[in-house]
Formats: sequence, structure tokens, C-alpha cells
Amino acid sequence: MEAFFSSLVSILFHGLAFGAILYVISVGLSVTMGLMGFVNLAHGVFAMAGGYLMITAMQQLGLPWLPALLLACAAVAAASMLLERLLYARLYGAGELEQVLFTIGLIFVAVAVARLGYGTGPLAAPLPDYMKGQTELLGRSFPTYRVVVIAAERTRWGAMVRAAVDNRAMAQSIGIDTGRLFTITFALGSGLAALGGALGADLLAMTPTYPFEHLVYFLIVVAIGGLGTLRGPFVGALLIGVGDTACKYWMPEFGAFFIYAATMALLLWRPQGLLGRAP
Amino acid sequence: MPSDSSAAIGYGGSARLRPLELLPWVLAAAVYFFAPSYLPLGAYILIMILFALSLELILGYGGIVTLGHAAYFGFGAYVAGILAVRLSGDPLLGLAVAALAAGLLGLATGAVILRTHALALLMLTLAITSIVFEIASQWTGVTGGSDGMHSVPILPILGSFKFDMFGRTAYLYCLAVLIACWWLVRTIVHSPFGMALAGTRENDVRMHAIGAPVYRRRLIAYTISAALAGVAGALLTHTTQFVGLSVLTFELSGEVLVMLVLGGIRRIYGAFVGPVVFLVARDYLAKQSPEYWTLGIGLLLIFIVMFARGGILGLLDSLKGKLVRKTP
Amino acid sequence: MAAPALETRALCMSFGALTVAENIDFRLDAGARHALIGPNGAGKTTFINMLTGRLAPSSGAVLLGGENITALAQSARVKRGLGCTFQINTLFRELSVLDNVALGIAERLGVAGRFWRAASAYREVRDEALALLGSLGLAADAGQRVLDLPYGKQRLVEIAIALGLKPSVLLLDEPAAGVPSLESARILEVLDRLPAEIAILIIEHDMELVFRFARRITVLVQGQVLCEGSPAEIGADRRVREVYLGEGHA
Repeated sequence: MEAFFSSLVSILFHGLAFGAILYVISVGLSVTMGLMGFVNLAHGVFAMAGGYLMITAMQQLGLPWLPALLLACAAVAAASMLLERLLYARLYGAGELEQVLFTIGLIFVAVAVARLGYGTGPLAAPLPDYMKGQTELLGRSFPTYRVVVIAAERTRWGAMVRAAVDNRAMAQSIGIDTGRLFTITFALGSGLAALGGALGADLLAMTPTYPFEHLVYFLIVVAIGGLGTLRGPFVGALLIGVGDTACKYWMPEFGAFFIYAATMALLLWRPQGLLGRAP
Repeated sequence: MPSDSSAAIGYGGSARLRPLELLPWVLAAAVYFFAPSYLPLGAYILIMILFALSLELILGYGGIVTLGHAAYFGFGAYVAGILAVRLSGDPLLGLAVAALAAGLLGLATGAVILRTHALALLMLTLAITSIVFEIASQWTGVTGGSDGMHSVPILPILGSFKFDMFGRTAYLYCLAVLIACWWLVRTIVHSPFGMALAGTRENDVRMHAIGAPVYRRRLIAYTISAALAGVAGALLTHTTQFVGLSVLTFELSGEVLVMLVLGGIRRIYGAFVGPVVFLVARDYLAKQSPEYWTLGIGLLLIFIVMFARGGILGLLDSLKGKLVRKTP
Repeated sequence: MAAPALETRALCMSFGALTVAENIDFRLDAGARHALIGPNGAGKTTFINMLTGRLAPSSGAVLLGGENITALAQSARVKRGLGCTFQINTLFRELSVLDNVALGIAERLGVAGRFWRAASAYREVRDEALALLGSLGLAADAGQRVLDLPYGKQRLVEIAIALGLKPSVLLLDEPAAGVPSLESARILEVLDRLPAEIAILIIEHDMELVFRFARRITVLVQGQVLCEGSPAEIGADRRVREVYLGEGHA
């Protein structure tokens, strides 16, 4: 019983950390897809870019962890604005197929660039020393890193993104430049993805095929949470984070399997996701 | 003016075989006689053409955007492999069983996912592929796990045509199967059913408003498409005597999608042109540098979406249109 | 007395606290030429959607030819003779004009599910489609892609598709909407010449069209029937004038 409870706490903790990362990455996707109706499969590219750029900033430029992180996010957000204005904006009215093809093309380009720049193997995220230690919490030790991840997620993000979404309703009723709004929202979402990718480099390893490997998970989080909401991906990320960790721990052979099956069942019952608006 | 290919299809068109439609087969025969060293690649191209045709049916004509078609291809491949190892290596039996199995999987999964749309549907197609992949990967006893199944014993076709090491039998085998499947797809596309399928793609709301059983039609098309993909997978197993996890990846779904779009979506022959161009190019270029190949494909996709939605055949059509206008 | 072609009894629709249709009793007889008018937001399109089956009412009943069809899906209602056009062109854009109309005819004739013979081999479908297009003056455009046609002609195709279903009841949602006045004359002609036995309900804002076409008019305001009567009665009704004051139509 003691062992069970202990493993439960461990699963909860690791699951929450995973969920927090998934949330930070996916909330941008949910808002983009809900707000702009754009099927952005390439969202993982921004997360990957955040991770790689942070590592580069730390290793090549010698920056400490926090500035490197912020620099990476800012760089990704800026680059995404450029991409949005030049390419994404042309496809807002286009059909689903065109958007899917375009974003897959983007993934291919990003994967190739990552391979060319960083090689094919996974890249270790060099954590700052103060993060590497263990923290005593509830009588068990957890890697400090993950504690920080969970704490950071709850602070500013909700407020920031909520502001952007609220802005939409206001903007549309007053007729404010929605083009610029889309760009800013997109940049925000991509910046957050970069943040999640960088913070989560420990959990979701930085490899060139990152956008492919984790695409399904990001999409699942958004789809089961419900598109276009902020709480949606939060719930989705929590469920997937904890659920996936639990399944992989207790049923190592069937863990991943269970998540996919559960997603299918849920979407059949409620195609709009748990918190999404009914069609 | 509608392009040549679409003018032939429809209630006002004509389904008679046009001479240009025999070109692929003439070329295929030419390869057999004049470029025998390319037969193994040729067989793979023929298999991919069949796979692309199956995707064309539901994506190009049905308008169902899926990234999970490899699930049926891989399922067919594994079923063929397992059948050959456990029961009988007869290729024709293998094809029939693979078609049936993949079709059933298509029916079961289609019944479920076709109740959803857009993102949810797309995501479910990914989930299904992942599930089949996990099963193949974990069920090592039956599927060989990540090692796959090697030296799958395939018997001679009809008892007499042995698979030789030059790939001649393999090539002709794939060609024959492709011709049969192509004829099936062509018939469907020209039929009222095919037109109705195009209708559901063009305007789902309107199809309901004219009393069409949209869900049922889509499901039938999806099932047939899955069965065809399964046949293509089985062909791969038969001709290479190997099945591995690579037949069930998201990469493969993405690749066949690229091939189709490259050739030209909504044109049967786009499914021919795309794989040929893609695979021949990959054979030459990817060896040099796989990263630049991936980069190139990515950029090409973006380019196609932005400027050349109809793919190669689309470009040819608009070129032809311009030339026709120029002649006095 | 014969059952009306189309009837609703106490039809209600609410989305949560918002009521968009309240106790609508409506009756359409065979051969009717009936118009439904009302200010924007009155609930006209919601009403049509409940008739066609796209929307399920919160309460009340819809009857087609005396049969209660409230629980039936849209395609089942179509099979029983209920046709409709949409306010915004809902056409098979990349298909030819001929195919647009042929699809509906094929469904009606029950051949749309066949896959063994080519569509072009079904001469009866093609001939009927061509005849229908001819009666609407669209015969020359049969081979064109619908999206290449001018908007006014697209509106006509919209009507043609519905006519191909040989409906007993036809619901036209703003058939002249968005059509430049040069082309709308065509549409008016077509409406005039629609088969006499079809019961037609038309939603319109264009009062000239309404008064020219309709023999009976129902006025819908905020989800409720304000009044119903002949064009003369409606034109003289003070309440109707009040509702439309400031609308810019007169």
C-alpha cells in the first residue's frame, strides 16, 4: 500500500510536470486554431525552435539559462510573425487540405534545417546548476527542474493569453485591425510554444524529428480540451499528462495505446472536445 | 473551360478510354523491355502508384483529409506477411486476404472517424495509425516487432511464376495488379457514385439537401480505399519478402500525400505522375544528402500550395490552356 | 379539406435563454405562393432550417402533406418532396452546371449510388438535367464550371438544383439576394414560371418581389407571427408599417 501511494504521488508529480509543458506548448495551438481557424500542424516546430535556440544561446553565446530562454522565445516569436505575415496569412481562407499541406511542408523544412544545424541525435539541455539538484517535497525528492516548471505555468500565462482572446471579441465588435491581431496572437502562441519546448527540453527531448513525434500529443491535447479556449488545453494537458504517465508506468506495453484509444472514444462522444463549443 | 480530365468525368462527359490514358502502360512496358536494371525500383513505384490511387479516391475525390492512410497499407503488408509465414505463401491468396482485412479495418475505423470533421478527423487518423503501429511494434511474437519479418516465404504466382532475383516477376505482378485496381478506380470515379462522392467534397451541406446518404457513401468509399491500400501493402511484402515498421509510419502517410499533391490532386493520373517524379528524383538526389532532400520536399510542398495547387498535371493543363488561347 | 402541403404547429426554438421562435403556427397549401417577411433577426432562416431538418425545434411539430416529419433527418424530408435553396449560394463549385443539377436528379431517380456504369451512360439523368436547364435559360452554360458563372446565374443554378428534386414544397431563402438588378429580372421570370402545383414559400427582403410574387404573406417579428394575409391586407396593416419604419424598404 505504501509503495502504491508513493508511486501514485510520483506519477501525479511527473504527470503534472508533463501536463504543464504540454499546456504551455498547446495553448498557442488552441488559440490559433480556434481564433484563425487554421490547422497549424507545424506548431511543434516553434516548440522545437525554442528548445534548440535556447541550447545554442547557452552553448555558443555562453548566456546563462534564464536570458537564453527569454532570448529564444523572443526570437521564435519574431520569426513566427514574419512567417505569419508572409505565408500563413495567404492561406486563412484556404481549404483544410491546403493548410495541412503547407504546415507539413513547413515541418519538413524545419526538420531538415534542424538536422543540418544540429545533427540527427538528441541534444541534451544543459540545465543551470541550481536546477539540477533535488528538492525535498512531501518526503520525496523530485528534480528541481520540474518543480519550477509547474510553478511557472500558473503565473502569467493565463492572464496574458486571456487578454489576447478577450481582445478578439472586442476587436471584432469595433472593427479593429484583425490582421495585426492575428499576427500578434500567432506570435504569442508561438512564443509560448518556444517557452514550452525550451522548458520541457528535459521531458520532450530535442531531436530534429520533434515536430513529427509529438504532433499527435499536441493535437490530442487541443482536440480533447476543445478548440479556441484557454481552459480547454489546460484540462486536456492535465488529462494527457497524468494519464499518459500513469499508463506508461502501470502498463508499459500498452501505455501509449491507451491514450489513443481513450482519445478516440472521447471524440466520438463529444467531437467538440470537453470544453469546446458545440457545433 | 474545365480541364480535359474533368470534362470526361460527369453526366455530360464520356467515359470512353482516351488514347493518352494508355501512355502510362506503354511507358511501363518500355521500362520492362529497355531498362531491366530499374525493375526493382519500378515495382516499388508501381506499388506507390496504387497506394496513391487509393488515397486519391478518398482525398482527391472524397475530400476527406487524412494523414493516416499508411495504417491500411501497413496492415495489408503485415497481414500478407503473417499469412505467408503461418498459413500459405500463395501471393494471390495473400492479396485477397490483405484486401479483405484492410477493407474491414477501413470499415471499422471509417465508421468511427467519419462521424467527425476537420481537426478531429485528422487527429483520429493519426491516432489510428499510431495504434496499429504500437500493436505491430509490441506484438513481437507475431509481427517481429521492430525487427520486422524477414525472408517471408512467398510461393510462385499461380504455381508457376517464381519471383526471380532480377525483379522481373515482381514487376509484372505489380503491373497486373495495378492495371486491375486502376480500372476499378477509374470506373468508380466515372460512375454516379463517384460523382456523388465529388459532390460531398464540393458541398457537404448541399448533398444533404438533395437527399443523399452522405455518411454511407463516404464510408463505402473509405472502405474501398482502405482495401486498395492494403493490396498495395501486400504487394510490397510479396515483392520484397519483408515487412517492417516502416510501412506504418506517419512519414509514409506524409510521403504518399506529397506524391499525390505533386502529381495533381483530383486527377487519376496525378497518382501516376506524382510517385514517378518523386521516387525517381529521390533515387538520384536523396543519396547525395538526405537532409537537403527533406528540405527540398518541404519547400516544394509550400510552393505547390502557394502557386501550383493542381500539381504537375495542373501546371500542364494551364500551360495547355495558355497555348490554346495563343493559337489564332 | 385536403391536408396542407406543409404545416407547423406551435413550433418553438430556444438556445438556452434566447428564444428565436415562439409558437409558430404556419400553413402552406398546395400550389401556394407564400412569402415570409420580417426584419433582420426575426428568425426567418431559423424557421426555414426547422422546416428542412437542419435544426431540430425545441418543441412543436412540422408536417409535410399531413405526415409528421419533425423527427426525420433532412435527407428523408427531401425524399418526401421538400426542396430548398440557400440564402448564400450552396453549389458544387468546381463541378459543371450540368453536374450540379444532375446530382439531385440522380438521387431522386435512385441511381446515384451505382458505381458500375459511367455517369454519362445514364442518358435519362443528363437529358432531364438539360431540359431543366433549358427551361431556366441556362442550357448554354451547361458545360461551364459553376464558379465561373456570374452571381445571378449561380442563383439560378441554386433554384435549378432544387427543382431537379421535383419537390412538392419548395422553400426559397432570398433567391434574389445579392443579385444585381440587371440579372434579378431573370430570376423573377423564373419564379413566375415555376410549376403551379408546387407549394412555394419564399423568404425575401425585396418588397417589390414579394408583392409581385406572393398571394399570401406572413410577417415574422422576433420569432413570432405578427400577422398573415393577402398582400393588400399586409400592405395596409399599421403594425407592419411600424415594424418596417426606418428599414429603407417601402
